[in-house]
Amino acid sequence: MPTVTYSLSDGSSHDVDVPSGQSVMDGSVRNNLPGIVAECGGSCSCATCHVFVETGMNHFDEATDEERDLLEFADGALPNSRLSCQLILRPDTEGVRVTVPDTNS
Amino acid sequence: MTEPGGSDAQVVVVGGGHAGTALVGLLRQQGHRGPITLFGDEVDYPYHRPPLSKKFADGQLEQWLRPPEFYRDQDIAVRLGEQITRIDRPGRRLHTASGETCGYDYLVLATGARPRTIPVPGADLAGVLALRTLADARLLRKCVAEGRTLVIVGGGYIGLEVAAVARANGVAVTIVERESRVLARLGSPRLSEILTEHHRGHDVDIVTDAQVVRLDGRDNEVRRAVLDDGTSLDCGAVLVAVGAVPRDELAAAAGLRCAKGIVVDQRTRTSDPHILAIGDATRRPVTLTNAVMRLESIPSATEQAGQAAAVITGRAEPTPEVPWFWSDQYDLRLKIAGLVPGNPVTVTRGDPASGRFALFHLDSARQGGAVAAVESANSAADFMAGKKLIGAARSVDPDRLADPSIPLRDIVAP
Repeated sequence: MPTVTYSLSDGSSHDVDVPSGQSVMDGSVRNNLPGIVAECGGSCSCATCHVFVETGMNHFDEATDEERDLLEFADGALPNSRLSCQLILRPDTEGVRVTVPDTNS
Repeated sequence: MTEPGGSDAQVVVVGGGHAGTALVGLLRQQGHRGPITLFGDEVDYPYHRPPLSKKFADGQLEQWLRPPEFYRDQDIAVRLGEQITRIDRPGRRLHTASGETCGYDYLVLATGARPRTIPVPGADLAGVLALRTLADARLLRKCVAEGRTLVIVGGGYIGLEVAAVARANGVAVTIVERESRVLARLGSPRLSEILTEHHRGHDVDIVTDAQVVRLDGRDNEVRRAVLDDGTSLDCGAVLVAVGAVPRDELAAAAGLRCAKGIVVDQRTRTSDPHILAIGDATRRPVTLTNAVMRLESIPSATEQAGQAAAVITGRAEPTPEVPWFWSDQYDLRLKIAGLVPGNPVTVTRGDPASGRFALFHLDSARQGGAVAAVESANSAADFMAGKKLIGAARSVDPDRLADPSIPLRDIVAP
């Protein structure tokens, strides 16, 4: 099972096993990690699951136009910003590390 | 004795919708150690409601807000299928329909809303549906799968979303709207026009300024809707989507201040210091507009869950958020922020005929013409920019806003 590392705004770091087919958002919600609010439940309708992908970006599909639009005005957006609901894990995904900002509300 | 605000306080949440579920998760995230109990009157684990009107015809209806194991892992007691019959405020405990009592230090009412009904003959026939719960959505799915001609009473967001899904599945649809336009309560006149045209382009029959006065059936199944002008619409199912009524009876019976909704302040406090209320059941202040209103939306429920968690865990009050909503209809992904003011100055960015546009509504009464609302379709950047402009409450030049050659980034942060 793929493991995702979440770095949180309080400085803590959490390694979470996330079943393939699920998203980086799902793994955070399942473990009740703070920072990913996920209001719309993963339908790319809000921007409350914004993360910075530190390593492993190559494992994911490119952002859709809608995701890019949402990210353009997300607080503190950087080139490695993604919406974690759109980051779907595959069986061979490894080495993914994301930083979760504390501005997702 | 446990002090309210102590992290050992016993918290009981009544209502297993988005608001209550968000709250119990947040409490554990924020280090609350005391017992947490979540009562839900439905038998299903808390689930996402938006797909019930947007995606009910295909795919998985049961999308849990959290997987069932979540509650066990987080040490949250979930009591499904339980009705609460009474709040004993002096004794600080609840009575359940099964005869149990449950004490609390903090009680959070997240009882939600129920669909408004129409008081007409025949409203109790089989095939006359509402849409609020998973059970409702399963019935609607069955009707659409059987290809039953659908009459939708009410042209609000739920009615329009269901119409779009029904048409995509080849079902004939008529919308009967009491007002002179669809989305009369929440949408701007311009958005109503655009969506009316879009739905008519998908062969939805929209009848405005009309009311259903009677439903006729055969073998106890609805077969016909009769309107106030005598028009008769043959149908195989009727969806009544004329808004929702806050479920504030429990609060009212306990003597809490209610006014078509449980009245709360900007921190979700009711008139009892041990009782908070969140979500669709509440009438709440909306800081940016100085209004006190019901704001039935997931972002509002989530915001209030954060406010309630802050009260319980003794944290600072979170920053108020700009209200927002979303809706999917056919190929249009709509995102709306703010509240459309009366008599707005409307600036259109993009071409509505292209299916990608945003309507910015300026309120001349607010900071000399600040953006008060944005209604966007397939234009998430406009939505996000609009939300920021609303939050900043700064006046903007309408001509620059309308000019697609000027990037929104320059307008948001000049």
